[in-house]
Amino acid sequence: MINLPENELTVAFSASETTVLSQPNFWRRAGRSLLHDPVALCSFAFILLLTVVAVFAPLIAPYDPLRQFSNGLSFVGAPVAPNGHFLLGTDASGRDVLSRLIFGARVSLLVGVVATGLASLIGVVIGTVAGYVGGVTESILMRFTDMVLSFPILLFCVALIAVTGPSTRNVVLVIAFAYWTYLARVVRGQVLSIKEREFVNAARTLGVGHIKIIRKHIIPHLIPTIIVYGTLGVATSILIEASLSFLGIGVPLPQASWGEMISEGQQYFQSAPWLLVAPGVALILTVLAFNLAGDWLTDLLDPAVQEMGS
Amino acid sequence: MFGASRSIKAVDNVSFTLQPGETLGIAGESGSGKSSVARALVQLTRPTGGTVSLGGAPVTNLKGQRLKRFRRRMQMVYQDPYDSLDPRMSVSDAIGEALSVRGLPKTEHAAQVAQLLERVKLPATIAQRHPNQLSGGQRQRVSIARALAVNPEIIICDEAVAALDVSIRAQVLNLLKDIQHDTGVGYLFISHDLSTLRFMADHVAIMYVGRIVEYGTSEEVFSNPQHPYTRALIAAVPSVTRRGERRLKLSGEPPDPGNPPSGCPFHPRCPEAVETCRTERPELLTIGDAQKVACHVVQWGREKTPKTEVTA
Repeated sequence: MINLPENELTVAFSASETTVLSQPNFWRRAGRSLLHDPVALCSFAFILLLTVVAVFAPLIAPYDPLRQFSNGLSFVGAPVAPNGHFLLGTDASGRDVLSRLIFGARVSLLVGVVATGLASLIGVVIGTVAGYVGGVTESILMRFTDMVLSFPILLFCVALIAVTGPSTRNVVLVIAFAYWTYLARVVRGQVLSIKEREFVNAARTLGVGHIKIIRKHIIPHLIPTIIVYGTLGVATSILIEASLSFLGIGVPLPQASWGEMISEGQQYFQSAPWLLVAPGVALILTVLAFNLAGDWLTDLLDPAVQEMGS
Repeated sequence: MFGASRSIKAVDNVSFTLQPGETLGIAGESGSGKSSVARALVQLTRPTGGTVSLGGAPVTNLKGQRLKRFRRRMQMVYQDPYDSLDPRMSVSDAIGEALSVRGLPKTEHAAQVAQLLERVKLPATIAQRHPNQLSGGQRQRVSIARALAVNPEIIICDEAVAALDVSIRAQVLNLLKDIQHDTGVGYLFISHDLSTLRFMADHVAIMYVGRIVEYGTSEEVFSNPQHPYTRALIAAVPSVTRRGERRLKLSGEPPDPGNPPSGCPFHPRCPEAVETCRTERPELLTIGDAQKVACHVVQWGREKTPKTEVTA
């Protein structure tokens, strides 16, 4: 029923050569997309600026954030408004607000990045194991995840800090322990679909081991998800840290942190609004930048598009 | 909380043998259990009963190292060339993975990959490409090379050419034949396309709702089909020479495998069904030389069958 000319192979061989698709390089595509998206570009620029400021805080800050200036308080002992000497004014203890803001960025970024990194690690491990192994293991892991997830996150952190005591390390651990659940659930869902794909079946029929299948065929496909959730996680972690510090159980005093500055500033809001405005705006911009960057990454790393560009 | 899943008996009582260097074709409509047979053979799903033997030794329900060793002996080429290669792995990595399974040291991979690519008639330059830079036919050749990398005795081709367009399909089929001629590998060729099977297969099994309804050499089944279902399938193949001829047409849908009809599962659609077909399930019995058919009417002989209408 099938009639083949003798020279079939050579003929169509050159034909199949021409069907090769050319693909744009992933980084070039990312760069081009960024240039056409001013919002995302600004977000990344701000994150970059924030990182530089945080890393080089001692070089950039005009003063020691803990120093109480004798000229930092007015005659009646009130905070000094922004002027040529103190660009963002001083706080109720006569400390320079700008310097505290810059050192506060350190705390925010450190807590945000480390907590998210830790949360991602836990989340990816638990989500991958649950999704890949399935069965009872999956049920136990996911019910545990649901349990942690069902706690109100802030209340949960407050309770944990109350037990562990406030310290920067504990803040990081507590946030990581509250946030991994989100990633675990998403990762499990993705693993469930990836493990049904034919290339995973092909690896299994070849006799490739489970660990190697997870490492080489499953984890690489999770990376876009991890990046997106990581970026959004940094924003969430920064907010939680600020909330904890606002409540006085975050980063211990006298270390500068945005949450603590807002907490103090609200007491003097009517007489010294800059105490509230400066850390408030910094916090809003930072969280916004990470969220917008996350949105842009979601679009860029969309699986359908991703397959083409990897 | 720990939900139970409903299981469907997708394949029932299917048995066949495949000789080395031979091709067995399995045909049937979608939902007939062709792919389930393939998945059970390579143990992606575990059959609830029955045995698979390879070289005389049973290979069902293997675990651990023994399962891994068995897997190398039976490989599979998948239907979808766009999903059977990891989009994040280059061609040389994909084939290299198979070579690692065989225990070949990394230093020898490049040479082996080049040799395998030549075997499937792809240029060696393709090794560094990713699947998205390849055409469907090229991807399928890479899949074949990957399967060959572990020197299997049997390769299961589950609709391996169904996604390719016709000119490429012919090339890949020819390639598979060449490989069989050179290496003596056995093929289990699963397809809904009868012309492909006629071209490839030495023996053919026709499946309907999880059972084999007709089995025989390719010659027997295609030139002298017995089962009404086989006849309908063959009549459905478009042909230039039989133009204008009245065709045997099948009405209705294949039944739900979870709830197959009583008796012969084909009886609601069968033009020749008699009363017995509704109640008694026909066995697969030998008629003629090697041909086997599961049909009451054929087994009794078409002339001798009482012509009673079925009230369905």
